[in-house]
Amino acid sequence: MHSSVITFPGSNCDRDMDVALKKFGFKNKMVWHDDVELPKSDLVVLPGGFSYGDYLRCGSMASKSKIMKSVLNFAQGGGKVMGICNGFQILVESGLLPGVLLRNKYLEFICKNVFVKANNKDNSYFKDDKKDVYEFHIAHNEGNYFCSNEQIREINDNSQIALFYSDENGIVNEQSNPNGSLQNIAGIFNKQKNVLGMMPHPERMIDPALSGEDGSIFFENLINNLK
Amino acid sequence: MKISVVITLKKDVLDPQGKVIHQTLDGMGFEGINEVRQGKFFEIDTKENDQKKAEAKVEDMCKKLLANLVIEDFKIIGSQ
Repeated sequence: MHSSVITFPGSNCDRDMDVALKKFGFKNKMVWHDDVELPKSDLVVLPGGFSYGDYLRCGSMASKSKIMKSVLNFAQGGGKVMGICNGFQILVESGLLPGVLLRNKYLEFICKNVFVKANNKDNSYFKDDKKDVYEFHIAHNEGNYFCSNEQIREINDNSQIALFYSDENGIVNEQSNPNGSLQNIAGIFNKQKNVLGMMPHPERMIDPALSGEDGSIFFENLINNLK
Repeated sequence: MKISVVITLKKDVLDPQGKVIHQTLDGMGFEGINEVRQGKFFEIDTKENDQKKAEAKVEDMCKKLLANLVIEDFKIIGSQ
């Protein structure tokens, strides 16, 4: 399985993602934002970080960079594209995913472990996953998912919510919502479910010595599903 | 020609920064404030000298990059 991780100026989770993908068997290539063509890929990852210093709006500049034309074509042709944290922000700014990520409700940068519940397993990212509730790490200032009434109706009608913030038992409630996200949304798909954006960082949960192994479960399952 | 644009969050979008600024102004003794909404201001100097054409160009820029129309409104407030 071949993967590509795009590095934008200001990306800082790109190497963590590279380590994670390689650990679970992907042949990963790092791709610079100014490149025009994507290498042969089964999965393209837009990593976390602060691309272009979060100027204008998080992800807005990166969404217009050269490589994104190829990423858009790849996604529109059914290719799997996953955006984590800033990568999620880039995906909404590029129009591949609906909505927007606003400043956290209480104006705090949040850096902690949270629980998220998978909502839809009928897709390549979560199919056959052993777990329903994962402990992942979040670190963001703009993770407060928002969209119009019309968009949220469409998102629910098409089962596009990938992950909810929940408690450790998978109960989705206001107490488990760290940032004010609409309906506790932590991640969403596009209509076709080949594009996934999420605020939590599975790549930070791939080693018990660091934090936990729920990310290992996610990546192991992902590569099996893509084979 | 210089075109000035203001971008603000739409009315129904929560503006937590505006709220905090409001509270701070209240605390400083500025009375009678109904609401504070924070926004962005851009001054775009273009080579285009025709006002209509210049404004149309800036409008396109707003739609494609400067504003996110899911949450923001833009308004051209001046051309000179």
